[in-house]
Formats: sequence, C-alpha cells, structure tokens
Amino acid sequence: MSHFAQKIAHNFADDLATVSVLWQRDLLRFLRQPSRLVGALMQPLVFWFVIGGGLASTFRFGAEPGVGYMQYFFPGIVVMMVLFASIFGTITVIEDRHAGFLQSVLVAPGSRTAVVIGKSLGVSSVGLLQATAFLLLAPVGGFGFAQIDWLVLASFLVVGAVGLSSFGFALAWLTDSSQAYHAVMSILLLPMWILSGAMFPPSDDHPVLQTLMHYNPMSYMVSGVRHALHASDINGASWTTLSGSLTIDFIWVFVFAAFSVAAATILIHRRR
Amino acid sequence: MRGPFMAHEVQTSPHLSVDGLVVRFGKRTALDGVSFDVHRGEIFGLLGPNGSGKSTTFHVLTGLLGAASGQVRLDGVAIEPTERALRRQMGVVFQAAGLDPHLTCRENLRCAARLHRVPSSDREPRIDELLDFAELSDRGHERVKTLSGGMKRRLEIARALVHRPRLLVLDEPTVGLDEASFERTWERLLALRQREGVTLLLTTHRPEEAARCDRLALLDQGKVLAIDTPEKFKAAISGDIITLVGKAPDELAEVLLSRFSLTARRTDEGVVVVVDRGHEWIPRLVEALPYGRLSSVSLKRPSMADVFLKLSGRTLFDLPGSV
Repeated sequence: MSHFAQKIAHNFADDLATVSVLWQRDLLRFLRQPSRLVGALMQPLVFWFVIGGGLASTFRFGAEPGVGYMQYFFPGIVVMMVLFASIFGTITVIEDRHAGFLQSVLVAPGSRTAVVIGKSLGVSSVGLLQATAFLLLAPVGGFGFAQIDWLVLASFLVVGAVGLSSFGFALAWLTDSSQAYHAVMSILLLPMWILSGAMFPPSDDHPVLQTLMHYNPMSYMVSGVRHALHASDINGASWTTLSGSLTIDFIWVFVFAAFSVAAATILIHRRR
Repeated sequence: MRGPFMAHEVQTSPHLSVDGLVVRFGKRTALDGVSFDVHRGEIFGLLGPNGSGKSTTFHVLTGLLGAASGQVRLDGVAIEPTERALRRQMGVVFQAAGLDPHLTCRENLRCAARLHRVPSSDREPRIDELLDFAELSDRGHERVKTLSGGMKRRLEIARALVHRPRLLVLDEPTVGLDEASFERTWERLLALRQREGVTLLLTTHRPEEAARCDRLALLDQGKVLAIDTPEKFKAAISGDIITLVGKAPDELAEVLLSRFSLTARRTDEGVVVVVDRGHEWIPRLVEALPYGRLSSVSLKRPSMADVFLKLSGRTLFDLPGSV
C-alpha cells in the first residue's frame, strides 16, 4: 500500500472509531438515565391525550371527513418526539464541548466531521427509539399496523432525525450558551413544529401561515409520516402529501438533512 | 533538576517548539508572540495568573483554538496543532475533566482507548493498568459522577495516558485539590516521567506546583517574561521575606520607612519587606514597635509567587486589594 493510501486508511479508521464511540455513548447515556426514559415516553402521551383530546371537540376537518383530531395529531407527535430528542440531545453539546467528554473527543485523532456524524447518529437513534415506542400505539390512534407503509415511514423518520439532530448540533455550536439555545428553541424550533401541519393543516384562510408552512422543512417530514401511516386507508383513499408528491416531500426532508449536516460540519471546523 | 531520562538524551532539537504565537479575541490580544521550547522528558510549566495567556496557549497547542500567527514544531518539524499527527502523539488533561459522568470509569477509559485506536487485544489490560495507576481498581464499574474531585482528576490523567502519548499536556492539573491529593498527583506524574520518559507541559498558577517543574515560562498579559529553572528564578531574588501583620498597616509601612529605610509593600497577607538576613531583622523590628502593635511576624524564603511578583509587578492570584 502506498504511503498516501495508508494515511487515508489510518484517518478513516480514526474517524470510524470517533463515530462509533459517540454514537454508542448517546444511546448508553439515554438508557442509563431512567428519568429521561420515563419523561421521553410520558411526555408524548400527555401531549397526545391532553392537547389532542382537548382540541378534538373544537377542531373540524372539512377536507378530511372521518379523521378525528386524535388521529390527525398522531403523526405530529411522532415528529415532535424526534424533534425533542434532537433538542435535548444537542443542548448538552454546549457544556460537553467546554467542560466535558466532547473535549477529549476533539483532541483525539478523529476528524471534526466524524464528531458531527457520530453525535448526530447517536441523538437520532435516541429519537428514533422513542418514536418507535410511541408508534406501538398506532392502532390506538386509528392506524392499523398492516396499513402502515413502514419503508416510507422509516425513510422519512431516519432522514428527518439526522436532519433535526444536525440542525440542533449546528445551533448548539453556534449559540454556545444554554440560554441562547433556549431562546432559539422557543422562537425557531417549537414554532417550526407548530407550523409543520402537526397541529393543524395549512389553510387558505391564513395565507401567511400557509406560506410559512410550505417553506418549513419539518412540514414535509410530518406530511411524509402522515402519508406513511395512512398508506392504505380504510376508506381506500390515502392522505395527500403537502407537495402533492411523496418524492418531492422526501426531497425536501433530504435537502434539509444535507443542509444541516453541512452547516454543523462547517461550524465545528471554526476554531475561535 | 532534570529527571534521569534526560541523562540519556542525545537528540538536540527540542521535542516541542513554540514560536511567536499570536491570538486575538476581537481587539484584545490574548497571546502576543509567545515562544518557548520543551525538551524531551522535561516537565515544563507555564506559570501565570488568570488571563495571562497560559490557557490560551494550551488551547492552541491542543488544536481547540486557532492562532493568528506563529509556528509549532514537533521534533524539529513544523506541524499545525490541528493535524491528526500531533493529536496521535499527545495526551491532554483538561481542567474540567473530559469524562462522561453517566458512564463508568471503565467505560470512559474504553471510549478513550477506542478513540485513540488502542488495539482491542491490548485494550482491557491497558484499562486495568490505568485504573491501577489512578488507584481506582475497585471502582472501575462505578459511574464517574459518584467519584470525588480528586478521583476524577486521577481518572482524567489516566484517560489522557491511554494511548501511551510521548507528550502530555495538562491544564491546571491540580486546581481544586487539597494538599494530600496535590502531593499524590505529583508523585504520580514524576513516576510516569521516570518510567516512560513522557514529556510534560503544564499550565499552573500555583507557585508550589511551578517549583516542581524542571523549567518554567513566566507568562503575563500574553507575553513570556522569562524562562528558567525555578532554582535560578528564586536565586535571582536575594533576601528573605518578612511579613508583618498588625493594626494600621499603612502607618506600619511608614514606620518601617522612616526608622529603618525599608520600603514595604502592602499585600493581603500584611506588610511585606524583603531584606537580607531576615532572622536578624525580626528582633529589631519587633523591639522598635510598641507592644500589641503586631499580631504576627513571619519569615520565609522567596517562592515562585514572589519571583512572579518581582518580574511582573503582579500577583499570581486575583485577590482584590493585592499589589
């Protein structure tokens, strides 16, 4: 093997080690903290039953007859779990980077790109585990397991989770303070979720909100998940996607993920 | 005072050479042309108060911070601190330990071993060895968050050694440790240097820690004031230090000036004068002052803190009211 090829192989092995250490660590940490486990599983239930149940009596869907609000809200909750896992999994980066484990990863031989990938995969896995646990309740929400298109569901959730966790990582690295991250969470991340079609569909009556919803990448994630759950509706009609095409919805989610990974990678290479 | 390892040293180029590091944070210049050489097997200290630039130097050398200009050489070859080649050979001990509190001691060391690609067959024996080194063999399966501050510090040093680095860089390795833990940490570091010939570069603001280094660079306001051995630094300060504590320190200082022509300095500890043959001065000073005027008188040989004060005009500690 040439010297150059050897060097590449060494570097690749360093990066692979970094990715796998960070990935496993986030999963291990999640399973180690019982309070996080319980909170992560209880919170969506509370949201679904309390908010969903509360709004069920006031919301009426002219366009989608036969769909109750609890059923409408279900896919939004699945996406919310991935979003929340991304937020809680990346806000720790701020402290971890200056006074924690991440310091020792940054001075290890692996590249910083590997740090982004490893952290993002770890946080995504935690979010996906939680989402999967909640999906066990799909029949309660009115979605029989047999009617779900699992492949489409997994594609949207996995790519979306990588996107949201990298997005969270980029924001954590950029803000570099927990207070600032909290602010970003309240003015950007939570509104993104609320305006994703998770709680209410876009409506011609509110053109500004409708426009925001159409330019919100999370809307396409919710749309994809909703479509996958409704894949073969009992009534025979599947839920129409936001863009009108499942492929275009997926492209939106994919581009968002690619953008987020790129942003996080660029930010982590800045040494201030 | 060099370790025995130095006796066998044949290579002439310094192990690590830092030349003209400049770091700016906006308008503030944190490092203003910092240069020093660290020889193989040496314990080299960067001594300075908070804000002197020692932590900034640490962050540049470990690749965590970019420098505006300057060069780093490893064994005579120019290298970017961000290069993997440097990170592969360097162990880094952080002030706030680079450990995960939710993982066990063993798991933390395992993570470090994997990050540095310690061969899997060598991993567990190495971890056993390091737990032993950190005197944590019986706590390997306990989570780091249950450890005391001193134990965490020991584990942090063990973590940095997992890949048998040739160069160990430590940021304030004993900050917050009590006297006994301080002593044990230094015994451990000296034993490590003796056994494996590791080169140590550390930052500190503790004079008693600085005194243990083979050589020191005194840093102040982003500049190196001087580089020498602690012995030579201390020898350059002639005289003994007498500290007088009592009522009305300003008047006390005036009395010392008018009666004995001694220029006194007020510090947090009391009124300080530097004199030759201090033991002969003490009875004269005590007799000259009325009974009850003084509450204590002490005599000591200069420490690295006094050296620093003399060279920079600043104390090593950020105490309000000190010189």
